[in-house]
Amino acid sequence: MSLRSPLAKALGLGAAGDGPAHWWSQRVTAVAMVLLTAWFLLSAVSLELGNQAAVAQWLAAPLNTVLMILLTGTLCYHSAIGIQVVLEDYSRGWSRVIGLLISQFLHILLAAVAIVAILRIAFGVR
Amino acid sequence: MAAGNRPLSPHLQVYRPQISSVLSIMHRISGVFLALGIFVLAYWLNALAGGAGAYADAVALLGSGPGKLALFFWMLAFCYHLLNGIRHLAWDAGMGFEIQQVIRSGWVVLIGAAVLAGLLWAGLITGAGA
Repeated sequence: MSLRSPLAKALGLGAAGDGPAHWWSQRVTAVAMVLLTAWFLLSAVSLELGNQAAVAQWLAAPLNTVLMILLTGTLCYHSAIGIQVVLEDYSRGWSRVIGLLISQFLHILLAAVAIVAILRIAFGVR
Repeated sequence: MAAGNRPLSPHLQVYRPQISSVLSIMHRISGVFLALGIFVLAYWLNALAGGAGAYADAVALLGSGPGKLALFFWMLAFCYHLLNGIRHLAWDAGMGFEIQQVIRSGWVVLIGAAVLAGLLWAGLITGAGA
């Protein structure tokens, strides 16, 4: 027997109104991060990391550019929803609202800054 | 009942730390620490886009004593968060819930993270020429 109303069961979205969307996104991005970080670290150990030209040339290859942009975007989204959970657990009131705003703005800003740098390398502006 | 007046669940301090609870909070702490690492990733990529001079400055900063120490902790946190995240995904799939399995997978994650971090660190250091 369940205490949930038939309507709640049918909608299935829970108290927050958006259901398990963030929970599920956290898992999907986690799986993506396993694959993308494995690619990145395996590439990085075979690179001459102290050599700017070598690293830039590697990153400018189309497949590497695409994967690095995906890694950056996935990382920032995974991090944003993770930090959101932490802030929602430990803060309340205005500090929660302001904390969430700062976290989300920073994550989007850092993603944009990193992706623009990747594109500059890819298009050879250096 | 007033919001500030509700009965509290027992304070965390009364519990003996257990591998389940300690690894759980470590997952959260390592995640927050890794989020700060995004600044380093963005900095590194921008130095790379800035040319040889800017990149040399970044390598000097990240390759300094404190820089290396911080990067090593980021590597440890990454390996732990990666392996414990895979442990979480297994739980989400309904696997490994018996208490003995939880304890065993916890130790596997801890030892695996240390080994993986050591291996990756050794591999990256040789490539960084430091």
